[in-house]
Amino acid sequence: MPLASTPVAIAGKVKHDQKKAIPGVARRSPRLVGLVALLALVLSACSGSGPQTALNPEGPIGRTIDDLWELVFILATVVFVIVQAALIYAIVRFRARKGDDSEPVQVHGNTRLEILWTIIPVVILAAIGFPTVRGIFDVRAIAEGADVLQVQVTGHQWWWEFEYVDLADETGRTLVTANELYIPEDTEVNLTMTSADVIHSFWVPVLAGKRDAVPNRVSNLTLIADNPTPPDAPHPGQCAEYCGLAHADMRIKVHVRTQADFDAWVADQLTPATIPTEGAAAAGYEAFNTCVACHNVTVMGENGPEDIGVVRTIEVDGVTFTSSLAPNLTHFGGRDTFGSGTFENNAEHLAQWLADPSELKPMRPELNDIPNGRILGMPNFNLSSDDIANLIALLEGWE
Amino acid sequence: MVLDSSKDLAPAEPTGIWSWITTVDHKRIGLLYGVTALIAFFVAGLEALLLRLQLTTANGTVLSADAYNQLFTMHGLTMLLVVVMPVGAAFMNYFIPLHIGARDVAFPRANAFSYWLFLFSTIMLLSSFVLGGAPDGGWFGYAPLSTQLDEFVRMDYYAIGAQLLGIASIMASANFIATVFTMRAPGMNLMRIPVFTWMAVVVSFLLIFSLPIFGVGLFQMFFDRNFGTQFFGGGGDPLLWQHLFWLFGHPEVYVLILPAMGIVSEVIPVFSRKPLFGYPFVVFSGIAIGFMGFGVWAHHMYTAGLGPVAEAGFGVATMMIAVPTGVKIFNWIGTMWGGKVRFELPMMFAIGFVSLFVIGGLSGVLHSVVPSDYQQHDSYFVVAHFHYVLFGGGVFGYVAGAYYWFPKWTGRFLDQRLGQWHFWLMLLGFNLTFAPMHILGLNGMARRTYRYPEGLGWEFWNQVATVGSFIIGISFLIFAWNLIKSRKHGVAAGSDPWDGRTLEWSIPSPPPVHNFDEIPHVEHVDDFWHRKYATDEEGRAVRMPDVTGGTIAPETTTGGESEGGGHEDDMHMPSPSYYPIVAAFGIIITGYGFVYLPGGWVAVGVGALVTLWGFFGWSLEPVTRDEHHD
Repeated sequence: MPLASTPVAIAGKVKHDQKKAIPGVARRSPRLVGLVALLALVLSACSGSGPQTALNPEGPIGRTIDDLWELVFILATVVFVIVQAALIYAIVRFRARKGDDSEPVQVHGNTRLEILWTIIPVVILAAIGFPTVRGIFDVRAIAEGADVLQVQVTGHQWWWEFEYVDLADETGRTLVTANELYIPEDTEVNLTMTSADVIHSFWVPVLAGKRDAVPNRVSNLTLIADNPTPPDAPHPGQCAEYCGLAHADMRIKVHVRTQADFDAWVADQLTPATIPTEGAAAAGYEAFNTCVACHNVTVMGENGPEDIGVVRTIEVDGVTFTSSLAPNLTHFGGRDTFGSGTFENNAEHLAQWLADPSELKPMRPELNDIPNGRILGMPNFNLSSDDIANLIALLEGWE
Repeated sequence: MVLDSSKDLAPAEPTGIWSWITTVDHKRIGLLYGVTALIAFFVAGLEALLLRLQLTTANGTVLSADAYNQLFTMHGLTMLLVVVMPVGAAFMNYFIPLHIGARDVAFPRANAFSYWLFLFSTIMLLSSFVLGGAPDGGWFGYAPLSTQLDEFVRMDYYAIGAQLLGIASIMASANFIATVFTMRAPGMNLMRIPVFTWMAVVVSFLLIFSLPIFGVGLFQMFFDRNFGTQFFGGGGDPLLWQHLFWLFGHPEVYVLILPAMGIVSEVIPVFSRKPLFGYPFVVFSGIAIGFMGFGVWAHHMYTAGLGPVAEAGFGVATMMIAVPTGVKIFNWIGTMWGGKVRFELPMMFAIGFVSLFVIGGLSGVLHSVVPSDYQQHDSYFVVAHFHYVLFGGGVFGYVAGAYYWFPKWTGRFLDQRLGQWHFWLMLLGFNLTFAPMHILGLNGMARRTYRYPEGLGWEFWNQVATVGSFIIGISFLIFAWNLIKSRKHGVAAGSDPWDGRTLEWSIPSPPPVHNFDEIPHVEHVDDFWHRKYATDEEGRAVRMPDVTGGTIAPETTTGGESEGGGHEDDMHMPSPSYYPIVAAFGIIITGYGFVYLPGGWVAVGVGALVTLWGFFGWSLEPVTRDEHHD
């Protein structure tokens, strides 16, 4: 953060003034130096750290916001320093001293000063008002055109569903996935969002600000990412509107890929899962019958791709959104995480999950009402350890 | 001699628990508000400490998600509606009549009713923890989450509890407005009212206009939950709730802070030994904040999708609120400028208020920069911002008021040494707790999350915040001990310990039941100061010789028998009454009934009967003591 040096300079000036004005205050300067050092430390901490920071943007939208933030933060810091300096000066310079019983002049006010300190803030605020209004229209512009990647987002308690509406296989099945969003670098991505239940908010700070996904309404958010992310370090994000019990565990991962890698990923995702014919996975496929009460999966059947399980849509403002009861599992094994980006996808975690999902992630499956489309989490099916092992073999095989 | 005869006529102060239950004395009701709010403050503070413990480490396991969500909802709800608002009401109750030279508020029994309804609603809300779970939808109760799980009573407690607290508040506000507009002492025109009381008037209007909007929303939420209406859920509009809520919720913010600004505007002049710089500007900026507070609600909804034009409009309106706020801050500094600043405890907290409020105000301007708020909204940056405003501002202001007026309540000072510990620990703990939250928010930590994963770099500042929160806790234990200890054993303070400027310092401490032996005749802002001091040619204050020990000799105030305005008639104080508590109790039975529908209809009926009995008895009993008692 470029500002770290500013308070040091200003505070140094205050110290200087005090030396001149009030003898005896100078010996307090070590305390002042400590204070300044603390302030500098705190300000340096503002420089942004961690993969979910809003201060180190990884795309032009995030940068527009960050530039505006820096401008206003600098102005605010200047005002802060001036006002605090005036306050400190007033209480030090005009403190009651021992042995001085004189009374101060009873000043009641000064209209000129009042007008001055009304107008100056108005001018400062106007100065930030203009870029603010411009910034709103820049950031809120909905990405349009043939080059834009269109993704429809449906928020659910407590996971995200993504449908790439323009990317379909030859049968017309669109690419549907959950929680881990893949986007190509340097491409405008238009998220068209709604919610299946309560209000959620899509927030990946390094790429853009947040935008609510509201039931019965459609909202849009533009994402643009500069560079591909390393395979093990997607941009993290999370639901930012409190949505009930597992709000904290409704996370997002955004993988940015080169166009070629992205195309390969798309081709892979559009390939149906294979029905295993032998071993644990085949036994797992038997047990999977329980799962398709909510989950769905596209498998390669005898006559081509075939959807197993419930495929649901909702229509909001003329837009048809995929709104599954639970995440599509066709390529589950290929995901890094499950439980909405909360748990690393490995056999150990999956075994815990299948044994008792609510133990791992707080949910309320006892209140599920499947006919009415209300799902509040995955129930505990009291699966045998064999079933669990078989299901893991099945799911991890569906890469 | 006038004084003596007044004393004979004055009603004696009753004692015992029954006298507190039936009291209609604004001072006692003020103290009841204050004590209740302080207890609730410790409850809500304890909730906050549990939240902080849970967040100390990544993937914390101190609390379950369910417990965390109930606790953060109740922390917010309790702190705002049951602590800070009633603390404001405590000061208003006690000091509005004293500031304007009145013997009580306009409607003493309605005042008692407001308190009892507030107390019972508070008990009801807190009882939800053991009666099926506390509200867990956030204090903001966003639909359709709040209308979703009608299997649980939790958000019914919210809908009914907040509704009843609102009714209590509306009645209290109407009472304060009537009091200030009709019961001012002769000569106390509107531009001579102390700033605290002015702010109380502004706050009362804010509540009267904003709470009914919230009330409508709460009814709709309750109907959605219980009778299958679809205002917000189903085919309804979830954003409608947000508009209704924030049309109340934003003015509410000013309801919480303006009384604290009023207190600071009283304290700073007294301890600078100068009048408030720009009194009319401070008053009018308070009124301006009140008006503008109704035009900025949608800045809580920048991410909800209002469209860029609305967002731009609300953004600019929000920025403009910084102008009157800035005017207040500059005037406070202007008051200290050229004065004789005495670092007594009330002044230390008041200076803390000004300094910390500047930080909260500036981070508020950062939020008004809409695109920037797309990032900060619902992150810990917002948590930091409003705690700087409401704790760094509000709580510091109210604590300043407590140190300032404790001698008036009890006749004794709060202990100086304990007070110093309290101030420095609170200042340190506060900044350690909330300054790091700015950083956490900017680094992407979302609010209302019961756990966060490793690897996002949030552990360190969360640990600092937790340490800070416990330091705040310790500082308030010291404060509580100070209150208890000093009430009986503090240093005696006399009636005017700070060389005060306003009328409350002209009467004994604690004040007699009837407040003023003689209704004062007011000629200036800070009238009491002008009875003690004149100014020389340079404009310096000069103490007048006829003042004895801070208490006005009777001759200077009486000003002739006729001017006092027939004090014998004024001495008829309103009688104690138990009907207010009966009516409030009936309403709360009804409230519990509504929570537990349909079985609760029985309780609704019983409660309605009790309420009717209370109101009926109330309307039939004589207003004042029996005229023939002597």
